[in-house]
Amino acid sequence: MRAVPLIGAVLVIGAAAGFWLTGARGLGAEAQAAIAAAPGDAEAGRLVFHAAGCASCHTAEGAEWSETPVLSGGQTFATEFGTFRAPNVSMHPEAGIGGWTLAQFADAVQAGVSPEGTHYYPAFPYGAYRLATPQDVADLWAFWQGLPASEAESLPHDLRFPFSIRRGVGVWKLAALPESWFSETPGGDPAAARGQYLAEALAHCGECHSPRDALGGIDRGAWLEGAPNPSGSGNIPGITRDQLGWSADEIANYLNDGFTPEFDSAGGHMARVVLNLSRLPAEDREAIAAYLMQVE
Amino acid sequence: MKLLPLAAAAIVVGSTVALAQGDVPAAVKARQGQMQIQSHAISILGGMARGNMEYDAELASQAAQDLRAVSMLSVDLLWPEGTSTEEVQGTRALPAIWSDWEGFLDDWEAFNAAVDAVEAAAPNGLEALQPAIGTLGQSCGACHDDFRQSN
Ligand code: HEC
Ligand code: HEC
Ligand code: HEC
Repeated sequence: MRAVPLIGAVLVIGAAAGFWLTGARGLGAEAQAAIAAAPGDAEAGRLVFHAAGCASCHTAEGAEWSETPVLSGGQTFATEFGTFRAPNVSMHPEAGIGGWTLAQFADAVQAGVSPEGTHYYPAFPYGAYRLATPQDVADLWAFWQGLPASEAESLPHDLRFPFSIRRGVGVWKLAALPESWFSETPGGDPAAARGQYLAEALAHCGECHSPRDALGGIDRGAWLEGAPNPSGSGNIPGITRDQLGWSADEIANYLNDGFTPEFDSAGGHMARVVLNLSRLPAEDREAIAAYLMQVE
Repeated sequence: MKLLPLAAAAIVVGSTVALAQGDVPAAVKARQGQMQIQSHAISILGGMARGNMEYDAELASQAAQDLRAVSMLSVDLLWPEGTSTEEVQGTRALPAIWSDWEGFLDDWEAFNAAVDAVEAAAPNGLEALQPAIGTLGQSCGACHDDFRQSN
């Protein structure tokens, strides 16, 4: 992983030089106002929750799949920067986020900023969630209110210097997050546009299926073209239309039952993605398939 | 008697050299064959569940019986130690299988339970078959998630 020393140097220099620029600021007032004004609907939030795959990371290792999982945290993610551990985000008022306001939740999920005003690491895929609509964020928080509480203590990450300095994430945010969408919005087909929203803003397909550039940002020029597996050996396959070579039906079916056109069964973290997406209405899986058919 | 350990060492060295040159151990080929038969049975059952193929009680039951048959193969014989991605060529079996053998057996148990349900549902119409295939697919995925390397 050649990129690591370079990113390290950039983070240190950047954090020192751009102290103001790299400070942690939440969403703007306008975005917060739109979220506050949206009436939260827990049932709609359930679908946002499954599409966004929050449970894949925030349940304990080996926990059974559930409609209302215990988000006690504890899963570990080995990366070249060290090991991240997903925290407890259950409704427990102290151990989890039960005491948070909607605005604090939105700052965390969409701006990667904590209530204490520090940066979150992008292992938490807020780089995708920042694209979610105010309505979906309000719905998600409404759904969250019905989730169980867990007292489990969040475990610290185990990161190498300089990645252990949260301030450096400010540099990453400036360098690695595009202004808007990662890919071009498909014109003409509303289903494909909905698919882009689901794939980019919620299901964060690009976090796994796209390679990263020298700064650890998603390489937009190689969007969904496949990448080395960050947590070990092997590769995550490319899923552009030509690389995949599947029909839209075959893609939508795979996202539902996990079987490839040859009836092999999805593995790796994709098995969890399928488990989540299988809870969405069929039109949503068809929309994602319509979008993938347009990604070259 | 000093020769014996030496001979043993030679055999061990010899076999790792041979494997490093790309021989795929027989157990690996055999278990991949088992997986291929599972896939074949599911191409019929899943094809029906997806609605790509007309439901046929007779055919569905035959496919379910094939799944039953391969599910009875010996886990010990097909997954011997020393045959992970770190030790031999041509396999996607992760070392986690042997470091978490109990977890691997649990996944086989879940798979066997799912096969039971498919076998029971197969002759009883598409509506009975569909959810059973969903659960079966999840049992394949749960094991591939933890124990199979992505390409
Ligand atoms: C790919 C794994 C992953 C997914 C998916 C994910 N998270 Fe997280 N989340 C993390 C990690 C890792 C952290 C810790 C970040 C840090 O410490 O900087 C985190 C932190 C958080 C925090 C801050 C908790 C605290 O105590 O400060 C919240 C809130 C949160 N996630 C909510 C969500 C929501 C809501 C979703 C779905 C919309 C979600 N997460 C999806 C990995 C994930
Ligand atoms: C208990 C674990 C487990 C279960 C259950 C399981 N698999 Fe596998 N599967 C594996 C492992 C491990 C490999 C990699 C084997 C190797 O390469 O040595 C594999 C490989 C495969 C392959 C590739 C075979 C090849 O030729 O390389 C296919 C296809 C497959 N599985 C299909 C399925 C299907 C379909 C199901 C469900 C009906 C299933 N598997 C259930 C563990 C499992
Ligand atoms: C957490 C990481 C992760 C996320 C998020 C993710 N994938 Fe995957 N995906 C994988 C992995 C790993 C594989 C390889 C599966 C295997 O080993 O069988 C895969 C495989 C696939 C395949 C099959 C490719 C093939 O050639 O067999 C498709 C299609 C796919 N993903 C689509 C998507 C879509 C669409 C999304 C977003 C809705 C998505 N993935 C999100 C990790 C991910």
